Amino acid sequence: MKHITIIHEANIKFPCSGKACGECQTSCQSACKTSCTVANQPCEADR
Amino acid sequence: MVHLFEMKGKKIAFDSECSSIYVLDDLSYNLLERYRRKGGERPSETELLLFSRETETDPGEITEICDSFDGLISAQSLFAPRIEADYSTLYPDGPIIKAMCLHICHDCNMRCLYCFAGTGDYGTHNRSMLSAETGRKAVDFLVAASGERHHLDIDFFGGEPLMNWPVVTELTDYCERIGRRSGKDIRITITTNSLQLDREKSEFINKHMKNCVLSIDGRPDVHNRMRPGIGGTATYEPIRNHIRDFVKLRESEKSAYHEYYVRGTFTRHNLDFSEDVKHLAETLDARHISMEPVVSEPGTSYAIRDEDVYTIEKEYERLAEYLDMTRKTDKPVHFFHFKMDFEGGPCVYKRLKGCGVGSEYVAVTPEGDIYPCHQFVGEKEFLMGNVSGMEKISDKNGVLLPGRRVEDILDPTVRQMFFERLMPNRESCATCFARYHCGGGCAANRYFATGSLDEEYEIGCKLTKKRLECSIWLACVKQDADM
Repeated sequence: MKHITIIHEANIKFPCSGKACGECQTSCQSACKTSCTVANQPCEADR
Repeated sequence: MVHLFEMKGKKIAFDSECSSIYVLDDLSYNLLERYRRKGGERPSETELLLFSRETETDPGEITEICDSFDGLISAQSLFAPRIEADYSTLYPDGPIIKAMCLHICHDCNMRCLYCFAGTGDYGTHNRSMLSAETGRKAVDFLVAASGERHHLDIDFFGGEPLMNWPVVTELTDYCERIGRRSGKDIRITITTNSLQLDREKSEFINKHMKNCVLSIDGRPDVHNRMRPGIGGTATYEPIRNHIRDFVKLRESEKSAYHEYYVRGTFTRHNLDFSEDVKHLAETLDARHISMEPVVSEPGTSYAIRDEDVYTIEKEYERLAEYLDMTRKTDKPVHFFHFKMDFEGGPCVYKRLKGCGVGSEYVAVTPEGDIYPCHQFVGEKEFLMGNVSGMEKISDKNGVLLPGRRVEDILDPTVRQMFFERLMPNRESCATCFARYHCGGGCAANRYFATGSLDEEYEIGCKLTKKRLECSIWLACVKQDADM
């Protein structure tokens, strides 16, 4: 594919249980406090 | 949805439904734009022939690109189907509170001009300190509310928590004891202006606290203008020294925990805030930095205005370039909002739930009042309850009595208010490529900027999208370097 470079392909993941486990950190527990970024929170199920 | 954008000479496609990222050349970029206009379908042969003539390209080459796109589409790596999730998937056991912003005091030894906490007292004109007794009730409340959740988080916040240090140490010890007794992993963060951060406090924090957030705005004139001490004194120098010493200790092997953020706020007075990030990295040797747009009522001299957005977007690009440059050195700098793991990160349900305001996360004041988050403190219509209610529903050890639940002491209408406004229900988020990035954005930002939980805070949305574009660009240039 000389016209297309793949950086990442289909990575959003679903929890294996099919439901939210709710163990991960809330975003305001890090450095946010006045805005909202959730996509940089690590998955606790990986640990 | 597929988002196409150009940044610093790169043409990039990002599929928000699956997090796929592609770098395209001119031809494939223009062709994908045609796919997008047709809702992800291959243009007709006539349209492709026309495109071939317009671009003076061999039709065979066009077919080759289309075949590549079609392959990615059939693998659901491009124009991936929309992810649907209902409340029972997001909250299979109902909303469970498992994180708390605990206000160690409503007083402060600084007088920051933009303080959303009214320089410490949250506009109450009542400067107060959390007692150890109320603090223990708050911890008991969190443990009782958390049900089966194992990981709990508490942020010691203020005002300025170091002003009530004996309660900080006592509650830290209490959290560790209660954690062992209940089988919970209670992780503590402290957020401080660093004015009273000495060696003894730093060593305690490093021994016991998973994360530490230290506030400083950057260059001396920028910092001193917005973050004066009581009486207008300059605070930059002592704070710089304290944070520099803390970072050195925190990053050493002696520290039990290494996570920290040096956190600044930028206003319309320093729209060149990438210079402040550089200053923090180069002067304080800070590696983990966040720089937040100021939260303010519209109309103040320092509030971000619509006409500032373009300048800020360009500044984020400059910041991304700077981070890319440091990545190639032995001292890479990490910026909180650009620190994306596109290969992993949280699951899609976390991304849909957002910050958990009022459903997974609450704030507790020195008086024990419970609010949906720290920014809503003092707004009486959002008062959810008081931790003193634990006396009615728990035993002397703070353990719930049989048949009792923490919901018995919480106003259900406030929780419902936020539950109903989860991102899957937000119309404006449905067509936004950043929807899995901010989880619907900050409810408090919306409320204080527009007076409503439902109106969009448009400046905030634009800046969020730009930060995501910068993160994607950084992933692209990193791969270039790795190849």
